[in-house]
Formats: sequence, C-alpha cells, structure tokens
Amino acid sequence: MSSPDLLKTPLHELHLELGARMVPFAGYDMPVQYPTGILAEHLHTRSAAGLFDVSHMGQAFLEGPNGARRFETLAPTDIGVQPIGRIRYTQLLNESGGILDDLMVARRAPRQGGEERLFLVVNAARKDEDFAHIRRLAPDLRLEPLAGRALIALQGPKAAEILARTWPRVAAMPFMTMTATGDEGDGIEGYFLSRSGYTGEDGFEISLPAGEAAAFVRRLLEDPEVRPIGLGARDSLRLEAGLCLYGHDIDETTSPIEAGLSWSIPKRRREEGGFPGAERILREMADGPARRRVGLRPDGKAPAREGADIVGEEGRTIGRVTSGGFGPSVGAPIAMGYVESASAAPGGPVALMVRGKPLAARVAAMPFHPHAYFRGP
Amino acid sequence: MTQIRYTKDHEYIRLDGEIAVVGISDHAQSQLGDVVFVELPAIGAKLAKGGEAAVVESVKAASEVYAPASGEVVAVNSALESEPSAINEDATGKGWLFRLKLANPAELDTLMDEAAYQEFLKTIA
Repeated sequence: MSSPDLLKTPLHELHLELGARMVPFAGYDMPVQYPTGILAEHLHTRSAAGLFDVSHMGQAFLEGPNGARRFETLAPTDIGVQPIGRIRYTQLLNESGGILDDLMVARRAPRQGGEERLFLVVNAARKDEDFAHIRRLAPDLRLEPLAGRALIALQGPKAAEILARTWPRVAAMPFMTMTATGDEGDGIEGYFLSRSGYTGEDGFEISLPAGEAAAFVRRLLEDPEVRPIGLGARDSLRLEAGLCLYGHDIDETTSPIEAGLSWSIPKRRREEGGFPGAERILREMADGPARRRVGLRPDGKAPAREGADIVGEEGRTIGRVTSGGFGPSVGAPIAMGYVESASAAPGGPVALMVRGKPLAARVAAMPFHPHAYFRGP
Repeated sequence: MTQIRYTKDHEYIRLDGEIAVVGISDHAQSQLGDVVFVELPAIGAKLAKGGEAAVVESVKAASEVYAPASGEVVAVNSALESEPSAINEDATGKGWLFRLKLANPAELDTLMDEAAYQEFLKTIA
C-alpha cells in the first residue's frame, strides 16, 4: 500500500484505520481522502468541523537576543513589534523579491530566563531550504526544528465550541493569535493552540507532542461533528478561500505584490524596506507589478486546471492558471492564475485554454467563498 | 445475456443488440472520486479504437476516456450534464457515457471479460 521511502506522520496508522487513500506528498505518505470522498469532506468542514493532519509541515522555534525584530530582516513582517501570542502570515524572500516560502510566525513567551522566541510553521516541501536559509541569514539566532511534534488542524464553524470543551479560554481567542497550555497553568504542558488555518473557516491549528497526537485525534473524532479531512478537500477549501499554495500559486519567481499578498506587508516595512528583495517590493508597490494573481470563474461547468493558458480579448496569451478545479461550496468551477496587470480587473472577460479549446471565463474577486474568521468576542 | 468487456484503461463496453454502451468501470469511478463534470463526444462523431472519446473530471483531476472500440457515436448521456454524480452512483448503469454503432464488433474480442478484468484489478492493486 505505502512506499517504504515515504515519511510517516504520527497519525499514519490512524489514517489507514480510517480507510484513507494515501498518496505521496512532499515526501510523506498522506491521506488524500477518506471513504466519504472529497465533496463530503469539503462540505462537512464548512458546516461542522474538519480534522486535518498537517504534521508534515515544518515547525521550529527561533530564539535569540532581540529575535523578533531580527526576524524582520528576513521577511517583510512586523512581528518584531507584536505582543506575545500574535501570529503573522508572511513570506521568506530571496534577494530578487521572489518567494522562497510562505509561513506563519508567532510570538511566544520566552523560556524561563531565555531570549525572545518565535514559533514558525513552514511548508513541508520547503522546510529544509527554509531552515538552511534562516540559519544562513541569522546565524546569531538559534533555530530549533521541532521534529518531535505533530500538527493538526480543526477547521469549521464548530471547531471553537469543540475545543473549548477541553480548553474553555480558546473560545475568546481572536483569529491569528496563539496560546499554549502551561502558559496559564491550566493543562498539560506543550499544546500550542493557534486560531488560524487554511480553509477560510474559523478554526485552530494545534501543535502537540507526537506521542500524544493519535490519542488526542481519536478523542476529537468521537464527536460526530468532527470528521477526518484529506489533502483533496484541503486543496478545494483553500482554493475557494483564495489562499495560495506554495509551488503552484507562488514560487521563487513571484513577488508578494504580484501574488496579491501586499496586505501582509505593514506600512512601516513598505516605507523602510530592510528585508531581502525590498528593492523590487518597494518598486512594485509604487509602480504596480507587471502581472497579478487573480481569481477566475469559467462561465460553464468545465473546470480549468493548473497550467491552462489565459487568453485575453484580443486573442493573445496574457497569463496562466496556477490552481484550478471545482469549488464544492461555490457549486461551480473556480481557478486562480496570473495575468498582465492591465487585464486584472474583476469582471474582465478572458478565455482559458482547456484541451485546446477556449473556455469562456471572467476575472473574479477572491475569496470565492466568504471567509468566516473569528475577529473577537 | 449481454456481455460487458473492459479495457486496461478501465472503460467498459456492453453490447446491447447492434449498439454498444460505453462508460468507465466501477473501479475507475471509485479511483477518480466525486465526478463534477463530463465532456461527452458529439453525436455522429466517428471514434477510432483507443482514441480520445470523453473527459471525466473529479474535484481533483481530469481523466481522459478512450474509445474501447471503433464506431460512430449514436447517443450521449446528456443527463450527466446536470447530474455527473450518476457515474459515482452507478457507473455501469445510469452513469453510461455514450452509445456506439460498432464499426467492427470483432474488436470486442480483444477486451477483457468481467472475470479477466477482476483478475487484472488484482494485479494493479
């Protein structure tokens, strides 16, 4: 069934037990779907709570004197001036402003007597490169990959209510904040709870010791509102939410401005620069980028997939689809891709080349399905 | 009794008098997952055995369907346009794709019967 060369997460055995179809992903043997199928898993996450194993992602602590401010020299974020517990979405950039990876960075309380500390979560396929890059650019900080930890996500409108049964205070946590058990002496040490996710829904990402992951997940799955969700629905959920998938919608050639991620770059960083690739980022912010990531809605029912050429009104190729498929909650095909900036306005007609034939489509605003983040009690 | 035959690409073809019904096997639908779109051939199209005939798309991917035998398309299952999930529910029944008037019925002899196909599935599991 599974290849011996692939890595396994701490939940691997449970996936097989649940009847998952396993596929290789970023070097790991991962569940793409469970017996109910992608459509049902997707819709269940939007209506109740979906449980995802994302233990393949890279987790690390980054510590050192003035560490949070120091991290700002690697990425166009303002994590250095954020309070303990705040999470930021940002990108590691190369010298030419291309995206090496996108990641979550959180401020954690220092260890007793320790220096400033950040908690990072990076993409599975990029973790080795990311960690080497961080060590190269910030040799004065100590990077500690947390290989002994699992990461699971509980996403959907019921997620908070379900987790609050174990940890009542999570109910009031705003989106993009994190807390850890032990911080307030109210439970087992070592569960990091982040109100964040990759589905557009309210939800949490929970880092926990690998050895406790299977028992924790089994307990969550006892609740009929919670169902296991595979990579297939994870992809359709994030696509509907307009979120980028590294290696597809963003890579080392795309800048955060082209990718429509300028919201993640705070004003001070836009003015001051001081991060890799700042020259390009500041220039693109001032003059506008040559191309932009846009949403796309085919007129009919046929989906357009990654790699399809995008053709403008005058019959010239103006870009390419980077992610595409069917949006189960939208009930129609959806896609995203890059087009020349002049053609990036929502509503503009384009054609997507599918199997050699032009498929009529329109540039569309994203997200395709409204976000339901919890902004506060 | 009508006989169903299969290709190694998991299409089935079932002779129904003069006309053959074509679709994808139950194994193929379960591998594909939830079907969300089907592109059918035009009525009157002349298909060559092994040539592209239709496309079945799931949430995750698009999958080509090849003609199991040569012939002319005489009907398509247009109900699939509004209800592509019929392929998941009943691939060899109401999930049929198109009907072919065979150019050479002897072509079916080269395909697997039900027992041979079940054996073939074991070899690729």
